[in-house]
Amino acid sequence: MSFLSLERVEKTYADGTCAVRGIDLEVDEGEFIVLLGPSGCGKTTTLRMIAGLEPTSAGIIRLAGREVTKLPPSQRDVGMVFQFYALYPHLRVRDNIAFPLRCAGLSRQEIRARLDTVVEQMNLASLLDRFPKQLSGGDQQKVSLARAIVRKPAAYLMDEPLGTLDADQRVSLRELIRARQLELKVTTIYVTHDQEEAMSLADRIVVMSQGLIRQVGTPAQVYDEPQDEFVASFVGSPGMNFFAGDVLSEGNKCIFVAPAGGARLELSRASRPGPVTLGIRSEYVHVDGGGSIAGGVITDEYVGSFRNLHVDSELGRLVLRAEPSAKYQRGDQVRLRLEPEHIVVFETTPQGTP
Amino acid sequence: MNAAQKPAFLGVRGVCKRFGTTEALCDVDLHVGADELVVVLGPTGAGKTTLLRSIAGLEKPDRGSIEMAGENVTALEPAARDVALVFQNFSLYPRWSVRKNLEFPLRAPGRNLPADEVERRVQWAAKLLKIERYLERPASRLSGGEMQRVAIGRAIVRRPRLFLMDEPLTNLDAKLRESLRIELLELRRSLGIPMLLVTHDQTEALSMADRIVVLAAGRVLQSGPPQQIYDQPASPTVALQLGQPPINLLRVQRGGDLWLASDGTPVTRAAPGSADRAVLGIRPEHVAPNGGGQEGVVRVVEYMGATTTLLVRWAGSEIHIVTRGRSAVRPFDVLRPHVDAARVVVFPPSS
Repeated sequence: MSFLSLERVEKTYADGTCAVRGIDLEVDEGEFIVLLGPSGCGKTTTLRMIAGLEPTSAGIIRLAGREVTKLPPSQRDVGMVFQFYALYPHLRVRDNIAFPLRCAGLSRQEIRARLDTVVEQMNLASLLDRFPKQLSGGDQQKVSLARAIVRKPAAYLMDEPLGTLDADQRVSLRELIRARQLELKVTTIYVTHDQEEAMSLADRIVVMSQGLIRQVGTPAQVYDEPQDEFVASFVGSPGMNFFAGDVLSEGNKCIFVAPAGGARLELSRASRPGPVTLGIRSEYVHVDGGGSIAGGVITDEYVGSFRNLHVDSELGRLVLRAEPSAKYQRGDQVRLRLEPEHIVVFETTPQGTP
Repeated sequence: MNAAQKPAFLGVRGVCKRFGTTEALCDVDLHVGADELVVVLGPTGAGKTTLLRSIAGLEKPDRGSIEMAGENVTALEPAARDVALVFQNFSLYPRWSVRKNLEFPLRAPGRNLPADEVERRVQWAAKLLKIERYLERPASRLSGGEMQRVAIGRAIVRRPRLFLMDEPLTNLDAKLRESLRIELLELRRSLGIPMLLVTHDQTEALSMADRIVVLAAGRVLQSGPPQQIYDQPASPTVALQLGQPPINLLRVQRGGDLWLASDGTPVTRAAPGSADRAVLGIRPEHVAPNGGGQEGVVRVVEYMGATTTLLVRWAGSEIHIVTRGRSAVRPFDVLRPHVDAARVVVFPPSS
């Protein structure tokens, strides 16, 4: 049996708004799970139901071998970290971190030992005697993380803990969270809208939208084998390129044809004839004089180690990843080559069916 | 092509601002050309917002001057400067419709725009920002991205002389930021109004700016085109502001024609006539996992989709390496990292 399980869990509010529409999820002990999706997708509600901060409307939640669906938060043995550092303003950093240990009734010696470990790992020694208001946002968030991980609960539940921080602090705290989690092997559920954070932290990513789980998989599965167009566009920066059109079979070849007699592309994998959406990631489209697709440059977006080249092509608008040294101007005409083995075919579902 | 050759629209000269004992701005110089988008990049507390507020007239500099179109505006009231300021927190009237929010700045006393001109400008802004469909909707019923579009719309209907944007995308979802970034770029091209945007987000700065001004602790550390700042940062502090994962910094000393790390590992070739000691800045994408001499052990492998990030214990330090696509490397594998000598940035040893 898995360590944490959600079975047909639902959340409907009094006004009829349905935030979570019956989801199933199985998490193994020690796994790092990221719930990823846009605002309003139900990820935070899901986390809050696991924590016990939000009652479920239906379904069963099990944690560490027992059902916790109706238990209050304090009896679930979880450590929470929120986006906004919830520190006690009247306590020094030292006492803020030790607080959950004192509540748990640990001995003075034990508290001291645990505090020392976390302080050393997180490099907090210089902050111990300060009050929260004397700390920067990044440091406050570090302290609230420290307070959560000083305990070793059954699970850590983290709600966008890095959301409000500067980019560089986000990266270093991210590494710290991951290192600590790997060391303690505490099952962690982490909520974010940032796909990069999800890719770098997760053992498995749960992609959510509109109260439903769209895909559960390792970062590689979610990125390379997206189940649908939503996942393909949400994961990856930029998201996957899509082109609508039709697949025709000509002899033993499958040919994709863009609308209005537009460009043709031979597909490397067999696909059922009919309307489809083609997907390809930006790194598999190349500017190549011998390419079969024509296009005009709209925007050349330099981002440091590479460029995002936005092109209006015969297939439709797309983004490709170009070398940082290759500069383009708006209006430049280019030929494009698509790596056929990296083209994903999404069959267009007829309207009215799910 | 060269905005710098045209006369600058905005000139900030030697501006200082102090709050109590904190020096928020210290001798800040910057200019924005008539068709330039300049991005001020810096961490929280660098003085970015104070700078914007000083330019808008909401803050009075202790010293220095601010010029617009050749005129000294340092003593002018905010309204007289004719600039538009877009904040991080979309400040809309929640109960009003989008249309009413957009009309508001045009109906300000003293503007006296005829009704058909007001309507024309609202339609123009709505079309540009793709919010035509929401015109009659109350602002409170919009999503974050839609609200920020309306906030930008409210700034552009006035056709100000200068746009000032304070972290306009920061409060939005990562995915939304990505698309609004492009929209802002395209909007800006069709407007032809100079823009100054401040942000702590390096991707925003790199992708949007004609020129980046790096600000830290109230001082300008470097300014230049994005690629110049990324490739030739003036100091390790600037180098660390750009690039993710961050640039690798290694303390080295000369050993013949090589740079040697603290543990004696040859890092890369040293140019003839180099100093004895230095700090090397090496971008993670300029290190190949193999092809070098000294061994390193892989600690962490992160597959990011288009790239894989490796954290490798090497040269008495831990370095990030970024490779393309999916790497077959696993934790505890042994590599021989090879640094692309041509791309290394050499900083003085004191830095």
